[in-house]
Amino acid sequence: MHSYGGNVSGRMFDFHVLDMIELGIEKFVSLKDFKNSKFPEGTKPLLIFAGDAFETDNEHKKLKSLLIDFFRGPTVPCVRLAGLEHVLHITALEGKIYLRSYKALLKKSGCRTPRIELEDMGPSFDFTMRRTHLASDDLYKTAHRQPKALKPKKKKNVSHDVFGTKYGRLHMQKQDLAKLQTRKMKGLKKRKGEKAEGEGEEVEAEATTAKKAKTQ
Amino acid sequence: MAACSIEDVLAKAEREEAEKLKSISVHKELELEFDPGNLFAFDKNPPNTREFRKQNKDEFLRSLARDNTQLLINELWKLPTERVEEVIVAKLPEPTTRLPREKPVPKPRPSTKWEEFAKLKGIQKKKKTNLVWDDVHKEWKRRWGYKRANDDTKEWLIEVPETADPNEDQFSKRIKAKKERVAKNELNRLRNIARGQKIKVPGVGLAPTDQQSKTELGKAIHVAKHSTASVGKFQGNLPKEKVPKNMGKKRKFEPLIGDFSAEKRKQLDLLNIMDSKKPRIDITKAVNKQMREEDRQSGFQKRKSPGKKGRKGNFSGKGKGKGKKGGPGGGSSGGSNKGGPGGGNNRKPRKKQGKR
Repeated sequence: MHSYGGNVSGRMFDFHVLDMIELGIEKFVSLKDFKNSKFPEGTKPLLIFAGDAFETDNEHKKLKSLLIDFFRGPTVPCVRLAGLEHVLHITALEGKIYLRSYKALLKKSGCRTPRIELEDMGPSFDFTMRRTHLASDDLYKTAHRQPKALKPKKKKNVSHDVFGTKYGRLHMQKQDLAKLQTRKMKGLKKRKGEKAEGEGEEVEAEATTAKKAKTQ
Repeated sequence: MAACSIEDVLAKAEREEAEKLKSISVHKELELEFDPGNLFAFDKNPPNTREFRKQNKDEFLRSLARDNTQLLINELWKLPTERVEEVIVAKLPEPTTRLPREKPVPKPRPSTKWEEFAKLKGIQKKKKTNLVWDDVHKEWKRRWGYKRANDDTKEWLIEVPETADPNEDQFSKRIKAKKERVAKNELNRLRNIARGQKIKVPGVGLAPTDQQSKTELGKAIHVAKHSTASVGKFQGNLPKEKVPKNMGKKRKFEPLIGDFSAEKRKQLDLLNIMDSKKPRIDITKAVNKQMREEDRQSGFQKRKSPGKKGRKGNFSGKGKGKGKKGGPGGGSSGGSNKGGPGGGNNRKPRKKQGKR
């Protein structure tokens, strides 16, 4: 939808309009005007918003939510680190909103994380916020509600205590205590002809008790 | 001396580390908010408007963007990585930014009659084990389902109770009871669904489906007519109503232990028939029947595939199709009670038009 050089973006909820924001375009530089190589279409962009207006002003907050929704792409479980090329940077400054699209170059740095250099790739927009049609707070609350199914599942046999320590539970089968492997006291082993070696036995017993005391 | 050199070494190492990190570190007043799941970062710092006006606007924006991107990349490189087909891939966590849904949260399932009763009485669900010890087979078996424990339909020896009729088949009695329980469960399940969706279900008789055929309507009439206390004996006929013939069992089988003399006679007659020279089937009749069947099949095929005119004959095709299915559908109406409502004839009329 166009009206004297402006674009209206909006969202739907439950087959009704949730919100609409009109952005007037002050300046526009197209993809063709930037002479450099582009990256394949459909790369998930890195979205960056800058400016405290996005935090303080209600309309800017809704605009931020709308732009994230619009640009973020499909939710994926993993992402190829080398393929993070598209950077969308949106700044709110002096009543205007500047949208710039860059191609990120990952340069070598001393460590594992690369150093970023940006190349302006286009398109670039300078927006001004015009009319807005936002829904009531209740409707926003309803729209943001998440069903219980989407909440993270609890893992069985794993619990956390107040200090953040993670506890696990092991379920063992019943153990036959008679067949347990314990430390062996070699001196206490029963041998043949014990009755004959009366003295010898006593000496041995003393020696073993002395040994026991040492080890303990 | 040694202590000095150790200190020097440590200091040198620290400086080297700082050098390395200098290229990727960015100083910000306020930390950025990150949402790695969405590849999103939010810089709350108020931008330096003086710088912005001094410099070339794009240069300022680009340097700001570079700093913010560096911070986001730093965050992303902290995520756990794995190797997938020679590519290093970082595992993203769940996105944390709350975004509005497109459609409202689905309503909870309507509760069943039992669930309401349990809620009313305060009955809790007791978690039961999956396997039960079967003493007969001396092993652990399922509580219910295929090869379950204590399956009374699978017993090979049943004592006839004293109060029972000696000629009654106890095995088939148990199987019938099982089938009745299954049917009752199915009926209750369907009733729960109907109550949940606020569909009206008739107490007895057949639930109407859209586009009923002649035979279905005939069956519905028959069921309605015989649903009186006198089983339809005193219900008058409509002026042109035709009494349907061939109602009742299609095939009759002799009981296993019945008339012994008749059985003996039949077996001996069989031997006579095998001896006789006369052919058992009337060949002309059989051939005619076969030819008629083939003609009908070819006619059906022709109408199915688009002919010269390109219009599909939905009338005759539908009629033939329904006619073929109507016979066995009507005949087995007496048997199962769940075959009725949805069962065999759910075909929607085909309304396709070819080129004119």
